[in-house]
Amino acid sequence: MIQAVMVISTQAKPRLLKFYNFQAPEKHQDLVRSVFQLLSASPDSVSNFVKVDTIFGPGTKMVYKHLATLYFVFVFDSSENELAMLDLIQVFVEILDRCFKNVCELDIVFNFNKLHTILDEMILGGQVIETSSEQVVKSVEEIERLEKQSSTTSFIPKSITERFTR
Amino acid sequence: MASTPAAPAVAPSLVDTLFQRSLNDLVKSLRADPSAAGEAVAVARALSEIHREIRAPDAATKSVALQKLTYLSSLHFAPVGTHLLAFPAIELLASPHLPHKRLAYLAASLSLHPASLSLLPLATHQLHKDLSPSSAGAAHQQHLSALALQLLASPAAAAAPDLPVHLAHDLVPHLARGSPRAIAAAARVIAASPSAAVPVLFKPLAACLASPDPRASTAAAAAFCDLSAPPADATPFLPLAPDLYNLLTTSRSNWALIKVLKVFARLAPLEPRLAARIVDPVCQLLTRSSAMSLTFECIRTVLTALPAHDAAVRLAIGKAKEFVAADDDPNLRYLGLLALGLLGPAYASTVNDCRDAIVKSLGDADTNIRQEALHLIMGMVNENNIMDIAGMLISHVAKSDPEFANDILGAVLAACGHNVYEMVVDFDWYVSLLADMARTLLCAQGDEIGRQLVDVGLRVRDARPELVRSARTLLIDPALLGNHFLFPVLSAAAWVSGEYVDLTKDPVELVEALLQPRTSLLPISVRAVYIHAVFKVITWCFSVYVGRLGDSGMAVDVMFDRLAADQTVGSESNVALVSGEEQDIGASTVRKDPFSHESILYMINLIQTTVGPLINCNEVEVQERALNLIGFVHLVREIQELNKRNVADGDKPSRLEELVKTMQTVFCQELGPVSVNAQMKVATPDGLILNENLVELAGIVSEDDTTPSTSIFFYPCSRHSADTRDELAVSIDSSSLSEHRKRHGLFYLQTGKTEDEPNDYPQANDSLPSSSNNSVNDDKLKTAELVFAGKKSTATKSRPKVVKLDTEDFLSSMMPSANVPKEDPLSGALRDVLLGSDAKALSSQRASDINLEGMLNKTSSNESSSQQIENLGSHPASRSSSRTSKQQNHDKEKGTNPPESDGKEPRKHRSSGRSGHRQGKHKHREKSSTQPDTIPQAPVIQDFLL
Repeated sequence: MIQAVMVISTQAKPRLLKFYNFQAPEKHQDLVRSVFQLLSASPDSVSNFVKVDTIFGPGTKMVYKHLATLYFVFVFDSSENELAMLDLIQVFVEILDRCFKNVCELDIVFNFNKLHTILDEMILGGQVIETSSEQVVKSVEEIERLEKQSSTTSFIPKSITERFTR
Repeated sequence: MASTPAAPAVAPSLVDTLFQRSLNDLVKSLRADPSAAGEAVAVARALSEIHREIRAPDAATKSVALQKLTYLSSLHFAPVGTHLLAFPAIELLASPHLPHKRLAYLAASLSLHPASLSLLPLATHQLHKDLSPSSAGAAHQQHLSALALQLLASPAAAAAPDLPVHLAHDLVPHLARGSPRAIAAAARVIAASPSAAVPVLFKPLAACLASPDPRASTAAAAAFCDLSAPPADATPFLPLAPDLYNLLTTSRSNWALIKVLKVFARLAPLEPRLAARIVDPVCQLLTRSSAMSLTFECIRTVLTALPAHDAAVRLAIGKAKEFVAADDDPNLRYLGLLALGLLGPAYASTVNDCRDAIVKSLGDADTNIRQEALHLIMGMVNENNIMDIAGMLISHVAKSDPEFANDILGAVLAACGHNVYEMVVDFDWYVSLLADMARTLLCAQGDEIGRQLVDVGLRVRDARPELVRSARTLLIDPALLGNHFLFPVLSAAAWVSGEYVDLTKDPVELVEALLQPRTSLLPISVRAVYIHAVFKVITWCFSVYVGRLGDSGMAVDVMFDRLAADQTVGSESNVALVSGEEQDIGASTVRKDPFSHESILYMINLIQTTVGPLINCNEVEVQERALNLIGFVHLVREIQELNKRNVADGDKPSRLEELVKTMQTVFCQELGPVSVNAQMKVATPDGLILNENLVELAGIVSEDDTTPSTSIFFYPCSRHSADTRDELAVSIDSSSLSEHRKRHGLFYLQTGKTEDEPNDYPQANDSLPSSSNNSVNDDKLKTAELVFAGKKSTATKSRPKVVKLDTEDFLSSMMPSANVPKEDPLSGALRDVLLGSDAKALSSQRASDINLEGMLNKTSSNESSSQQIENLGSHPASRSSSRTSKQQNHDKEKGTNPPESDGKEPRKHRSSGRSGHRQGKHKHREKSSTQPDTIPQAPVIQDFLL
């Protein structure tokens, strides 16, 4: 299964963190830090796989892609194929690109929820559930449509209108 | 509402609600000051704001606060009280407003953790509601259930024991629909609590494998791949082999194929017939597929699970070599090397074919590739090529970065030292290799090199001359003394040169090297070894000197006297001896004969000037050894002086001889490696009642016995200070020491043998030009014989004898504990459900089934394979009946759940399988006694695949 998905900026700031195995919240910062150390230590144009047994437990590997100012990192165990994970990162980036029209780091910074929505359409509980970028984009658009439909309520919260009508 | 304001001061005001900052505002404020301090301030401010807002009765305010809190805790690691986040999240799960609900689900799945699990049951009802069909539109409903499944599969929910119990049934209809989301969630739920979830979810999940919907079958294959991953036991998944096989031959999804291959790689070792069955489809995929990921998975499957199929292995190796040759893609190169590394030793020659490519990879810019290449090369090592490979690797050390250089050194050391130098034939080569390694610029493996230097010395007699030569080159190099990584090596070298001093060509040079000024850079422990080595050297030199006096009697004595006469005043030489001031005896004359009077004098003076100050050293280790050494020197001088005064000419050599002989006995006994079981072999002396007075030591003794000792450092204990020491005391000390050794000599022995056993070893000092030290060597050899008597070697053997104590005994005593497999909850639960449901199927068989189930449970807890065979063999009737009932039940199951479309082909398979099943069963039963591992699960496997 996939153990974690991380998007970390080249400034060591996490932009997206999702753990599929329980990791104590106080440990998250250390995990990000040690992963970033590995990332920053590896030069470009080398293989994208790193063994991370010491960070995420025995048998775990990490695959990453360095794009512009971001590292996209997937951590996985022996049940996943290394090259398939690399492809999955590609798919993820493609989807982001389609959802945000030429994605850049700022899109990711300001769209915390949408990023999670996209990721959740691809991966659930560490299992890949969708690998087609069109399908994911379609689902995400559908969710946005449903949300808009649902938010027929006024922009002013109910509690305030109540106070005024009292 | 849970947000009853605790205090009016923190209750959200209207202003808070009206001018609440959104998540975007928060992100902007965090980015306004990117410095760490500025960010901390912004986070603290936002948190206090959120604390107020989250108590708002209004869902919109609350949800925005929750969103901000989730963001801060996820990406800014803000410490958030567990209930602060969990309560509003669970509260908002029930919101009818979709965006709020989404935020709540996101918050819950990201941030809940075991500390807040007590709250999770509060969400159970909501999850149940969202999972069940409602009046809302289909799209809406699907979306709701997707959210609920998301939470159910989150790591927090996995730790909550009762969630799966309550919600497992709600998953079933989703599984029947073949929703990939539900399949993934079901896998998580089963993994989290097998006992509760397996009875409900396993069969619907298995049915998804045969689903005509490729998304469902892919997800199911992934789910089973995940569930069968080690450390879980894959055996319970054997019954799924037919469906997986179908998928393997028909699926066109690379994802599904990869997962199916992974499951088969785990199942094939458990069921021998499986490998033959899958080898063809796997080879087809291997040749046909254009996707690298699938190709790699095929290679991995063949190399790990199908090693017996030669053609397939060759095909896979060919593909792996293509990967290795991919110059433009480091990922493929890495994976290619990784795949070759999976090959067993049987194919070492095949790997050897691409040795050039692998050696080239040692210089790759990529650490991963270098590591894998090193790993592969170490896998190729055997006793024929170890010299080539080690030489090649050591030449690579200089070209590598420090970290990898030490990886190489470590790998070479580990390979050569493996199983007591199993692969090393030429120890002279190995010893000089060790010295070369120590001298490489980046070496940080000093500990291991030092250990092996001493160990080789103790175990391999023939290697000692070369060892002493190598030690000399290490010791005389003043540059090495500055490198703190090499201290253990220098320590070992000093010990070796002291212990095997009789093989030294030039003891004077050795003493100079051991006492050179830069030794002050050494740590205390190493200095102590240095001083002790000097002690051994000087003792030996004296013994040779005295031996010569005895041999040639007056001749040397005359020489001694003439020497004194040559000096202007005879007493001057004695003065020099006493005071040690006259050091300018020509080094050239000293060099000529290390055992001449001048040489001895020179060494004594050197010792006194350099070691003398150390008797005031505040480190006890150094101080004690310095005192020992200086004490000995003083004794020698006293005798000299005594001679002078009494002018009893013949007395002098005898007194000196006596002293030197006494000292010689201190060091004469050779040290050897000690068996881990040595203690147990010592017979209890008569009159020693262990049970009464040593019973409390049992724990300590057994502890010591289990730590394998590879070498010993034995220091003579002389507790007398220089002032009070006299010859008698020394002789008492040393004789009691040798007495001790004699009595406990058994510790160093393997079996008792007579001393007059012919010595198969070539004389250790044959290569030495000097034959004057024979008497000493005889002494040493005799005692050495004692040590080595346990082993015999033929004279024709080219490889020197390596003393190797009973490691087999030790290993075999360790084995039983290592063999005990651990109980796996998942497989236990699966076994229970698969067998348990059958017990209900046929009431007439119930008694025997329960019998079987109990029996299996028992054996699974015992996990002793021999017991399993016994038990199963004694109940042949119950076994076969349960199998029949199981097969029927399984068929029924399949009948009630037929694939909607595209089922023609598989069904034909199945019916043919059913007819063939009867014969297959008999065959299987005959096999049962030889395959204890697969028996408990074997009943449910369908034979048509096999």
